[in-house]
Amino acid sequence: MKFKSRRIKPMKRKAVIQALGFFVLRLCLYFVVSILLLFLYDLVKKGGGVISWEFLTQPPRRGMTEGGIFPAIVGTFLVTMITAIVAIPLGLFAAIYLNEYARQGRLTRLIRLSIRNLAGVPSIVYGLFGVVLFVNILTFGTSVLSAGLTLGLLTLPWTITASEEALKAVPNSFREGALALGATKWQAIRTNVLPYALPGMLTGAVLGLARAAGETAPIMFTGAAFYLPHLPRSLKDQFMALPYHLYIMATQHHAIVQVRPLAYGTAIVLLALVLGMNLTAIVIRYRRRRQREIHGW
Amino acid sequence: MAGKIREDIKIETRNLNFYYGHNHVLKNINLSVPKNNVTAIIGPSGCGKSTLIRLFNRMNDIIPKTRLEGQILLDGEDIYAPGVDVVELRRRVGLVFQKPNPFPKSIFDNVAYGLRINGGLSRSEIEARVEKSLKEAALWDEVKDRLKDNALSLSGGQQQRLCIARALAVEPEVILFDEPCSAIDPIATARIEELIIKLKEKYTVIIVTHNMQQAARVSDFTAFLWLGQLIEFDRTEKIFTTPANRLTEDYITGRFG
Repeated sequence: MKFKSRRIKPMKRKAVIQALGFFVLRLCLYFVVSILLLFLYDLVKKGGGVISWEFLTQPPRRGMTEGGIFPAIVGTFLVTMITAIVAIPLGLFAAIYLNEYARQGRLTRLIRLSIRNLAGVPSIVYGLFGVVLFVNILTFGTSVLSAGLTLGLLTLPWTITASEEALKAVPNSFREGALALGATKWQAIRTNVLPYALPGMLTGAVLGLARAAGETAPIMFTGAAFYLPHLPRSLKDQFMALPYHLYIMATQHHAIVQVRPLAYGTAIVLLALVLGMNLTAIVIRYRRRRQREIHGW
Repeated sequence: MAGKIREDIKIETRNLNFYYGHNHVLKNINLSVPKNNVTAIIGPSGCGKSTLIRLFNRMNDIIPKTRLEGQILLDGEDIYAPGVDVVELRRRVGLVFQKPNPFPKSIFDNVAYGLRINGGLSRSEIEARVEKSLKEAALWDEVKDRLKDNALSLSGGQQQRLCIARALAVEPEVILFDEPCSAIDPIATARIEELIIKLKEKYTVIIVTHNMQQAARVSDFTAFLWLGQLIEFDRTEKIFTTPANRLTEDYITGRFG
């Protein structure tokens, strides 16, 4: 009996330490999740009251103390579209070149490093760059176009990186197998690599877009307007955008206490938009994973 | 330098040297692969046998920092000469890989892949060619009712026969097998060996294998490579009964390997 108890004791201690370890880990997770929930609760409590059909479909009225945020929703939508048109194809093609065609050497490593670094450049710097390049040099003015292009640049490093990762995940045997059957390099890529990389590429692109849609700094100088009585009529027009509108309502409005619920309401709509986009990405990724599990690569 | 072209020789290497960077992997190889025969390339791991057959359809082109000296002639024409259409070459010289690598498409689409990218065939012609190729690869009876199924649902041996059918579909003249049975069970291996023997009626077959019994069973000619050098090349029964070189004898009797 004595022998047995001596053997079991250290095991018990180990089990206790393990349980304790798990408990601490779990606590950390609960902590993070509770902050998030608290944040959401606060938003909904303070802004949930203003969310209505009218809020979503009407322009602001009476110096933005009443009415809705329709122009800001439209503006953000338009700008995000331009961002997508710039960032998705450019990122995709750049990644194809970098991963499939470019000779892998010091230069491509340097390019890759630069792209990774670009992803870390503060968004306000992109804003300033956009002013110089799109607003002034290319004379697009402060407009939907300038802001969309600026956000496109901001998103580009993300879409390139995500696309490259997706291409890397396609087994080399797909490429070699196609080449051995007499496919040209481009045929092999188009028919036997891209179809399997595309979901991953899109996931990355949508996540990048979701981030861009919520950015304030890059559009502040390049096209977002404080208040506009009308929707943008062309790409050269200024526009209202959700993140900028939120910023105005929260910090720049003269009746700041009065409009606070509207600011919170705007935040909820912006959050829902970004969440919706992320959800799309998650669905694409989930489907791809299931397909991979079925097809076994 | 244009030596005599022999009608019965399909592929010939002349003073072939190949380097990966500073690594001299093939040393002055002179080999004549006869038409409509099975030629086996045997040798210990790392002797350069896979490298050698991948040179025959220029699959090593995609590896950076490689260098080739000498010539490889296909029907007397240098396949590394400037201006050679690599795509056309690979259509004439097919390759079946070590690990079955069907594409994650349907069985039908796998076999039709090479036909579709090359274009020029009608739907019914493609269907006919797919059926013919699957029959040639002795797979038709097993898959004819499930051509739409994903190719990855097949067993390993079936997958490899599918890859053979895929290679046959583009009607090559030469088929290279790079250790085609190393990832497959013995029964499936036997089927593929049977198939390889049948294929020589229409095609010139070159098979790399580290399995000497396999070389003895399927091939008419055998080349023994050792540390990048071609030690001996002769009729298979000669190599396996009365090899001329001491190294060959040591290898086939299992004294090293």
